[in-house]
Amino acid sequence: MPEVLKAPLVVEFPFTRSLGPVQSAFLTGLRERVVLGVRTGDGRVLVPPVEYDPVTAEEIRDLVEVAPTGTVTTWAWNPAPRRGQPLTTPFAWALVRLDGADTALLHALDAPGPDAVRTGLRVRVRWAAERTGTITDIACFEPYDGAPGEPAGHTGVFQDPVTGIVAPARLDYTYSPGRAQTAYINALSGRRTVGERCPACRKVYVPPRGACPTCGVATSEQVEVGPRGTVTTFCIVNIKAKNLDIEVPYVYAHIALDGADLALHGRIGGIPYDEVRMGLRVEPVWTEGARYPDHYRPTGEPDADYDTYKELL
Amino acid sequence: MTSAPPHREIAVVAFAQTGHRRTSDELSEVEMLMPVLHEVLDRTGLKTADIDFTCSGSSDYLAGRAFSFTLALDGVGAWPPISESHVEMDGAWALYEAWTKLLTGDADTALVYSYGKSSPGPVRDVLTRQLDPYYVAPLWPDSVALAALQAQALIDAGDTDEPALAAVAARNRESAAANPHAQLRGAVPQGDYLVRPLRTGDCPPIGDGAAAVILAAGDRARELCARPAWIRGIDHRTEAHGLGVRDLTDSPSTRLAAERAGAFERPVDTAELHAPFTTQEIVLRKALRLGDDVTVNPSGGALAANPIMAAGLIRVGEAAARIHRGDSDRALAHATSGPCLQQNLVAVLEGEAR
Ligand SMILES: [Zn+2]
Repeated sequence: MPEVLKAPLVVEFPFTRSLGPVQSAFLTGLRERVVLGVRTGDGRVLVPPVEYDPVTAEEIRDLVEVAPTGTVTTWAWNPAPRRGQPLTTPFAWALVRLDGADTALLHALDAPGPDAVRTGLRVRVRWAAERTGTITDIACFEPYDGAPGEPAGHTGVFQDPVTGIVAPARLDYTYSPGRAQTAYINALSGRRTVGERCPACRKVYVPPRGACPTCGVATSEQVEVGPRGTVTTFCIVNIKAKNLDIEVPYVYAHIALDGADLALHGRIGGIPYDEVRMGLRVEPVWTEGARYPDHYRPTGEPDADYDTYKELL
Repeated sequence: MTSAPPHREIAVVAFAQTGHRRTSDELSEVEMLMPVLHEVLDRTGLKTADIDFTCSGSSDYLAGRAFSFTLALDGVGAWPPISESHVEMDGAWALYEAWTKLLTGDADTALVYSYGKSSPGPVRDVLTRQLDPYYVAPLWPDSVALAALQAQALIDAGDTDEPALAAVAARNRESAAANPHAQLRGAVPQGDYLVRPLRTGDCPPIGDGAAAVILAAGDRARELCARPAWIRGIDHRTEAHGLGVRDLTDSPSTRLAAERAGAFERPVDTAELHAPFTTQEIVLRKALRLGDDVTVNPSGGALAANPIMAAGLIRVGEAAARIHRGDSDRALAHATSGPCLQQNLVAVLEGEAR
C-alpha cells in the first residue's frame, strides 16, 4: 500500500468577542492598571469577576477594586513554555488570590526556578508595557515581599471602556485524508478519477471515503470512472467569491461521472451559463500543473436521458 | 390526574473499541470507526436498520475541520435516513442522550459511538480552546499545566505525594497488561516532570481510538445479551468554569452525580474512573467514597489509553463488559470532560443475580 498523504493544516481565527458590563470593566481596568472584582450576594469578592453569581445565578455588577498584590494558592512549574503562553522562559503557572479577593486568578508567575515558588508565596502584578484591555495586560506575576497594595477604591466607571476583545487562535495540524482519499488524490495526479465499489450494494462512490454511506461497510475495490459525465443538477452563481478569479455568473453543477453512482461537483465552462441544462454531457478540462480539473465543458454528445441519471440527483 | 409513564429498564448490551494507538495516519475517522461499529452490531446480531436511535460524541477541534462528525456517519449507513444526534462531548454524554431517548419509549435500541484522533494536532494546545475565552484561553494554559495545578493543590492538602501518584500510575498500567486495546501496557517509567509536579508517567498517552456501545430496553435487552448491564442510574453535573472559584482537591459534581445515580445506595465491586491524570484518581476515589475493596480501573483506565471523546464512553463500556462476563455484579462508570474534572458523569450498572 502506498504511503498515505499528509499535509500541514493551519486553522487560524481572530475570534472577536463582545464584553458584558462586568467583563468590560475588568478588562478596561487592566488597561488602566486597576484590578476589579465583583461582589456576590453573600459578600464574597470574585476575581476575575463574572456577571452571574455562581451560587444563586443572580446577575451581579457590584464592582470592587482589589490590590495588585496577592498570594499563590496553587502552582505548577512549566519548564517548556508553549506557543502563546505569557512567558517564553520557564515559569510557574499560578492561581493567585489577590488581596481583597476571595477567589483566585490564573496567570503566569515569573520566577528563577521551581525552588523559588511555593503555595503561600506573596506576589504582585507585573503590568505589560503596552496595555489594550485584555488579560495579557497583566504580563505575569512576580515574587514580592512588600506590604499589600492599597486599592484606591475605584468604582469601575471608566472613560472609553473596552467593549470587546479579539482573541487570535492558531492551531497547527498535520492532516492525513486516510487510505481511500489518498488513492483518489494520487489517481487525480495522473488525471484519472477512481471511486470505490461497495461490496454489498455494488454502488461506486466518488470521491471514495472508504465506507458505503448506505450499507455502512468498508469499500476497497477501486474502479476508474469518467472522464465524461452528465450534469444532474446545477445552480447559477451570481456573487463573486473573495480570492476567486472566475467571472460571474457561472454554473456550478453536480456531475455524475460515467460509471459512478454518486455525483461530484464542479464548475461548467465552455458554454453560456444560461444554456447549461440537466442531462448535459460534459468532460473535464485540465490546466497545466493542476491537481484536479479546472472545470467541465460540453462534449457535444446528445443529452443523456433523464432515466439514466434520475437516481443520482 | 395523569399516571406516570411506566418505568423502562435500559441496559448496555454490547461494547466494542479499537486498539488505541499513538497515530492512525492511514485511516480516516470513518475508516477507524467502522470496524468498531461492525463489531458492536455483530455482538448483538443487529443490523444498522434495526437500530432505532444513533448518537455520537466527537470534537471538530481534534480533527481541525468543521462538522467532521458528519463524515463519520458514512460508517453507520445513514441512508435511508436514520434518527441521529451528536454531542460535541465525550461519548458518555451521547450515551446519556440515548438513555433519555429510550426512557421516553420512542426507541428500544440505540447505537452510541464516539471517536477521537488526537494525532493530527497538538492536543495539549487544542484543549485550551475549551477554556473561558476572555480570561483564560488567551494565556494558552495547556491541559497538563491545568492538571498540574490540581496536583499541587492535592499535595499541599496532604491528600497525596509523588510516590503515591507513581503507585497509581503503576497499578493502572499493570492492569492494562491484560487489555489488548490499551496503548500503554505494563511498566512505564514515571519519567521527568512534564509540568511539575506531574511527570510523564502521571499523564495519559496521546492517541487515536473509537468505541461503541448498544443500549436496549427491557425484554429487547434480554434477547440481545445473556447478561445485560442494566443502567440503574446515570447523572451528570458541572462546576464553575473559573478554576480559582473551585476547590481543586475535591469533586463535588462527581459526588452529586453519583448520589443522583444511586451509587451510594449499595457498594459497588468495580469502578471504571475516567481519570486521565494520576491525581484525578485520588480526587475521584475520595468523592466517590471508594474503599480499597473496590476494583478500580481493571482495564487500565485513561492512563493506559485516552482517546479523547471516547475515553469516557469506554469506561461505561468496560464496566458493562465486566457485568456481561460475570466479573462484576454492580459497577460504577465515571466520565469527565473539561479541565481539572470540570464536568462529571456517573453511571451505575448492575447484572441480574446469577
Ligand atoms: Zn453499499
